Amino acid sequence: MSSLIQPLVRPLPVNSNHAVEESSPAARHPLDAAGDDVVRVLREDGSLDPEHDPHLGEGEVVSLYRWMVRTRLLDERLTAIQRQGRIGFHIGSLGEEAAILGSAFALRPQDWLFPCYREFGAALLRGMPLQRYVDNMFGNANDPAKGRQMPDHYCSREARVTSVSSPIGTQITQAVGFGWAAKLKRDDLAVLAYFGDGATSSSEFHNGLNFAGVFKTPTILFCRNNGWAISVPTERQTASAGFAAKGVAYGIPGVRVDGNDLFAVVKVTRDAVARASRGEGSTLIEALTYRLSGHSTSDDPKAYRPEAWLEPWKRLDPVVRVRRYLDRNLGWSDARDKEIEAEIDAELRAAVLVAEKTPPPALESMFEGVFAEAPWHLVEQRDALLRGPRARQH
Amino acid sequence: MSQMNMVQAINDALRLEMRRDSRVVVLGEDVGKVGGVFRVTQGLFDEFGDERVIDTPLSEGGIIGAAIGMALYGLVPVPEIQFADFIFPAYDQIVSELAKYRYRSGGEYPAKLVIRTPVGGGIRGGHYHSQSPEAQFIHVAGLKVVCPSNPADAKGLLLAAIRDPDPVMFFEPKRIYRAAKGDVPEGDYTVPLGVAKVVRPGKDVTIVTWGAMLYESLEAANQAAGQGVDVEVIDLRTLWPLDIDTVIASVKKTGRVVVVHEAPKSCGFGAEIVSLVNEKAFLHLEAPPVRVTGFDTPFPYTLENEYLPLAHRILPALLETARY
Repeated sequence: MSSLIQPLVRPLPVNSNHAVEESSPAARHPLDAAGDDVVRVLREDGSLDPEHDPHLGEGEVVSLYRWMVRTRLLDERLTAIQRQGRIGFHIGSLGEEAAILGSAFALRPQDWLFPCYREFGAALLRGMPLQRYVDNMFGNANDPAKGRQMPDHYCSREARVTSVSSPIGTQITQAVGFGWAAKLKRDDLAVLAYFGDGATSSSEFHNGLNFAGVFKTPTILFCRNNGWAISVPTERQTASAGFAAKGVAYGIPGVRVDGNDLFAVVKVTRDAVARASRGEGSTLIEALTYRLSGHSTSDDPKAYRPEAWLEPWKRLDPVVRVRRYLDRNLGWSDARDKEIEAEIDAELRAAVLVAEKTPPPALESMFEGVFAEAPWHLVEQRDALLRGPRARQH
Repeated sequence: MSQMNMVQAINDALRLEMRRDSRVVVLGEDVGKVGGVFRVTQGLFDEFGDERVIDTPLSEGGIIGAAIGMALYGLVPVPEIQFADFIFPAYDQIVSELAKYRYRSGGEYPAKLVIRTPVGGGIRGGHYHSQSPEAQFIHVAGLKVVCPSNPADAKGLLLAAIRDPDPVMFFEPKRIYRAAKGDVPEGDYTVPLGVAKVVRPGKDVTIVTWGAMLYESLEAANQAAGQGVDVEVIDLRTLWPLDIDTVIASVKKTGRVVVVHEAPKSCGFGAEIVSLVNEKAFLHLEAPPVRVTGFDTPFPYTLENEYLPLAHRILPALLETARY
C-alpha cells in the first residue's frame, strides 16, 4: 500500500520507451482543465473576488502567511539536514502550503485533525510544539512517538492531531468513526481527514465516504490532489472528472477548490465545518494543487517528471500569491520576509540543537506500550536484550 | 446460576456491560434488529436503540476503521465481524492501525476494541464459514486473543475483554454456540485474561487446546483412559498472552504434550506452543511434542469431519505419545 521508502531512481535514458512526452496528460495544468466549478478567491493581482471571500482579518492573513513561509522554510531546512545525514527522512509540502494551512486554520478549537503524512505545517499551526516535531524528526527520547516511528510520523493530543501512519487511506474511516462518536454524544465538533489523490483509489476512501454518507458524520474529507502518488500521475488514479465528483455517489457534496489559493481554501473548509456543525454531514473537498518536490527525500522526481512541468505551478506558488495580496493591501516588504526567515531559523536551530543532544529512547522502551502492561513474553525478551552485549550503549 | 448456551451467555455479557457502561456500543452487519446471523446480539437493539446497536454497511474495513475512530473518541466499541473468514478486508485496520496505535503514539492514543467473531468449522460452512485464523492475529504485536469453550467462561472472558485496556480479538467457536451448555453465574463477574484452566487432570500426557476442540480432546482423553493412559487437558481460554506457567507445569509433570487445534498445522499456534515447551521444558520431555490439527489445505466442505482434528485423530496421537 504505502511506499514511503523508495530507492533513489536514476533518470531514464532519453529515448526510453518509458519517457513521458511533454504533451502527456500529466503535463497538463489541472487548473486549466478544470471548469468554473473550482472555487477561487485570490486573483493574480492580489485582489479578492468578493463572491467567496472568507473575510479574513489583516492579522489573520499575516499570521497565515507567516505559517506558510515557516512551513516552506522548515521543508528546506529539514531536507538539508536530511541530506547531511543527520535525520533519516523528510516528507514535505512544497507547493501545498495554502491547502494545508488554510484548511487547518479554518477549524475551530474543538475540531480534530486526522493527518496523512504531509501536513506537519497543519499540526504546528494547531499547536504541536516545534520542539516535539523536531524531536520526532530525530526519533529521540522526547519524540512523542518515542522513536518508534519514522520522521514525520508524529502525534499531538494537545494539537488535536492524531497519529500519523504510513498505510494509505486508513485515517479516512477512522476520522469518520471519530466524528460519528462525537455526533452520538451530541458534541459539536468537526473532524478533518487529509489524504492525497492516490488515497482515493484505496478501499478506505470508499469505506470512509460510504459510512460518512450513511451516518451523516461531521467529517471533512480533504483531498490534496497534488497531481502525484510518488511517480504515478492523477490520471492513473481515476477516470472520473476530478475527485470531488466522487462524493455524489455517497450522498456527500463535493467541492473543488484552487488549492493554491489560501483564501478559497479557508472559505470552503469553513463552509464544510459549518455544515458539519449544523448536522448536515460530511463534505468532500478536492484541493487542486501540485507537489513541487519529490514524494519525499527518498524520491527523485527527475525520473518521471520533466522540470518544465513545474513552471505553470511555480507561477501559481501559493506563498507568492499571498505575498502579492500583502504587497497590495498592507505594503509588505522583503525585509519582513527576512524577519520571518531569521525567526524560524533561530527557532529551528535551537530545536535541532536540543534534539541532537537528546539521547535515543532507552533500550527497554522498545518493549513498553505494546500492551498497557507488558506480558511475560515481552518481559522475557526485554530482560534477555538488557543482559546482551549492546545493553550499555543506551 | 442459570443454564445457558454460548449464544445466551455472550448476549448476557453484552447486555450487562452495555447497562453498566454507556460507552459500550455494538456495531456490525445484521447485529441490530435481527440480532446477528447467530442471534448473539438479539434483543440488544430493542433495549439500547440504534445509536448503540448499529447495523452498518457491508464493509468489514469500514466497520473496524470507524470503530477505531470511535475508540479514539472515547467509546468502547464491540464490533462484530459476521464470520472470522470475512475479517480480512479489515486486516489492515487491525494489524497496521488498531494493534499499533498505543505503541506508535507513545501512549497518547490507545485504541481499544473488542472484535467479536465466530470462528471454526463443523457447521458445514465450507471454505468461507469455517476457518480459524487466530495465529494470524497472535503474530501481530499488540493484540490479545481469546477463545472460550463454554458459556460461563464466554461471559466472564468477554466482560474482562471489554474492560481490558488493550485490543482483544474474541473468537467464538460457532460449532458449540448452542451445543455447549452449562451453568452461568448471574450478574457481574470476570474470568481473567491470560489464565488457562486444567479441565481434566492427568499424569501421562498433556493436551493443550481451546475452543470447540476441547470437547474432542476430552472425548479422546476418556477413550485413552480405557487403555490405561491418563490424560491432562488444558483449555487455554486466552491464547495470547499465553498462560505459559500452566502449560509448562503440566508438561513437566507428564513429560508428553499434544497440541490440538483446528487451524492448519504449519505456522499454526501449535507450532509456537511446541517451541515454547522445547525452550522451557526440554529436559522433562519423554516424547517429541505432537500437533493434531487441521491440514495445510483450504477448509473443505464435504470432508470437513476428516479435516477437523476430531477425537478419532487425537486418540492415536495420545497413545503413540504415551508409548513412545
